[in-house]
Amino acid sequence: MIDLSKVKKRSTADIAKRILQDISDGAYVNLGIGQPMIISNYLPSDREIILHSENGLLGMGPLAQGDEIDEELVNAGKQPVTMLPGASLFHHADSFAMIRGGHIDICVLGAFQVSVKGDIANWRTSDPKAIPAVGGAMDLALGAKKLFVMMEHLTKSGESKLVKECTYPLTALAAVDSVYTDLATIAVTPEGLVAIDWVEGLSFEDLQELSGIDLRKY
Amino acid sequence: MIQKISSSATEALQDIADGSSILISGFGDAGLPIYLLDALIKQGAKELTLVSNNAGNQGVGIAKLIGAGRVKKIICSFPRQPESGAFDDLYRAGKIELELVPQGTLAERIRAGGAGVGGFYTPTGFGTELAAEKDTRVIDGVNHIFEKAIKADYAFIKADKGDRWGNLVYHGTGRNFGPIMATAARCTIAQVNEIVELGILDPEIIVTPGIFVKRVVLAGGKS
Repeated sequence: MIDLSKVKKRSTADIAKRILQDISDGAYVNLGIGQPMIISNYLPSDREIILHSENGLLGMGPLAQGDEIDEELVNAGKQPVTMLPGASLFHHADSFAMIRGGHIDICVLGAFQVSVKGDIANWRTSDPKAIPAVGGAMDLALGAKKLFVMMEHLTKSGESKLVKECTYPLTALAAVDSVYTDLATIAVTPEGLVAIDWVEGLSFEDLQELSGIDLRKY
Repeated sequence: MIQKISSSATEALQDIADGSSILISGFGDAGLPIYLLDALIKQGAKELTLVSNNAGNQGVGIAKLIGAGRVKKIICSFPRQPESGAFDDLYRAGKIELELVPQGTLAERIRAGGAGVGGFYTPTGFGTELAAEKDTRVIDGVNHIFEKAIKADYAFIKADKGDRWGNLVYHGTGRNFGPIMATAARCTIAQVNEIVELGILDPEIIVTPGIFVKRVVLAGGKS
């Protein structure tokens, strides 16, 4: 049994900052609703990273405060936002042409499960009473040039969210490029999952055991 | 003389029959034509099929219409919203039909409907439960599924400014589904914040040309 209390887990902010190391100057990026939106709080000042919002905005700025709030200018999570100089507005079909047409460089989504083949499940659980809602997840997962997943490594009950086969309903097949968790950074390759880095206090063998699937060292 | 400005929402909505299909713009509350939806509740048409990104929230707009038992079916991408109670209850009771569509596919199906395209193949959704029973095809080595165009009897959209020819400009991300829905309905009704004289809107920035719009209603005007 691995003693996780000695492991220095990444906070959500740490995961966000780790993801930003892999986003280059000039990238067009879409941040999924939920945890990935936090990344916008840590955008580096030395790089121009252009944020796309699926509801028709490129060049999205920080959340709107006070007098800046305009209920007709919102992000994908329906929160009021601001626009940066150079921003543009467009309708939904153009917005999803950017996504589905392969014009968005990177999309960051949350997930319930990612498989060794890069399949992603992130839009519904197996709860029969839950109202299904897919939004833009299936378009984003396949359309962006690269798909990053930001998630906890383990479920609340300690099961790995990296799996051999997804058991939750699929969002897309073979779509994920990299996974960033509170424990590690994992690349999805044709030969399987590769651990790029992992947190202090955790050995590669520990990571392998916790993940419950085959991993290779970078 | 062309005069698309309706004197009231009641007049603009009077011919909507039971069983009609209606496209409704909006992403959450942004771009949602609440003024027209309130008028539709008063108007009384029922057995409606709605096409919209969401299924309403907080008991207003689409949620109010659903709560009043007037909607038979909704085609949308994200019905789950804060306090989308009216929809949730009817859905669990099997009293409202839901066709769940990925958001980009929803937008493209509407764009296809407005452009006279019968449908298209897309990779989005391949291998998922939303692809069940859909035709598939491999194009350039990539798996695609067939998606049919969406057309409707009416479109209710919200714009910022409009003129008597039906030319429209929008505000912020309230634009969302408006411009594409305007093209895909037999009769598009636009709710606007302001009516301007013909020629005031700069032709270089008009987003929806008037050819796509049949009626323009001033929000907050006489109902």
